[in-house]
Amino acid sequence: MTDGVFAALADPTRWRVLTLLAERGEATATTLAGDLPVSRVAVVKHLGVLDRAGLVEARRSGREVRYTVRPERLGATARDLAAIAVEWDARLAAIKRLAEE
Amino acid sequence: MQIERDIQIDAPAERVWSLITEAEHIGRWFADSGAEIDLRPGGALTMRWADYGVAHARIVDVEPHTRFSYRWVPSPSAGVEPTDGNSTLVEFTLEPEAGGTRLRVVESGFDQLDRSPAGIAEAVEGNTKGWKEELGHLSEYAARVAA
Repeated sequence: MTDGVFAALADPTRWRVLTLLAERGEATATTLAGDLPVSRVAVVKHLGVLDRAGLVEARRSGREVRYTVRPERLGATARDLAAIAVEWDARLAAIKRLAEE
Repeated sequence: MQIERDIQIDAPAERVWSLITEAEHIGRWFADSGAEIDLRPGGALTMRWADYGVAHARIVDVEPHTRFSYRWVPSPSAGVEPTDGNSTLVEFTLEPEAGGTRLRVVESGFDQLDRSPAGIAEAVEGNTKGWKEELGHLSEYAARVAA
């Protein structure tokens, strides 16, 4: 099970997609691609890998797919300071969403 | 060695306080299968995950609407109790800002752990195969991200 997670994280661009998503709390492939030096299509592929590893959650909203980080999945496998910072970003973003509901 | 993150929230401190200190909410944004909390210094905080088990925390500070802190084993840990050598300190502070609230979290004490967080996770999961090598890869990427 952890193999999938590490494989998913073992790519610098994918790691950036994940950290950017954690900071945003929620985002679409289009908005993420706007801040990364890769195409929207590439971001979609990376999000697909992260999704299959259980690291992000996809939610359809009209014509868009919105993604959020699943910090519990990351926390169970990658106990590293940077990973912990990403977890906290995702948790704070979750608190913000709940608080502003 | 510590991690410090913060976020601006368009909601009053009272609302944010509820989210970070009430079991019903902690079970949603932190754990995924519920939580229990005895909200007082020395009280217990328990968080449950469907796949990863239980984490126990011990509450340190409770200042309503301002500060909340606890020590926990920084990994879902099969119910291991937090002690000085296996736990980190998580401190939340709430400050009114721009009509809302600035929520800051500091997690500290990683350097005082008997084992690294990875070591604790490894011990907990009992899964040593390939872990160190993979974590080495991860640290490399993490360093790039941090740069």
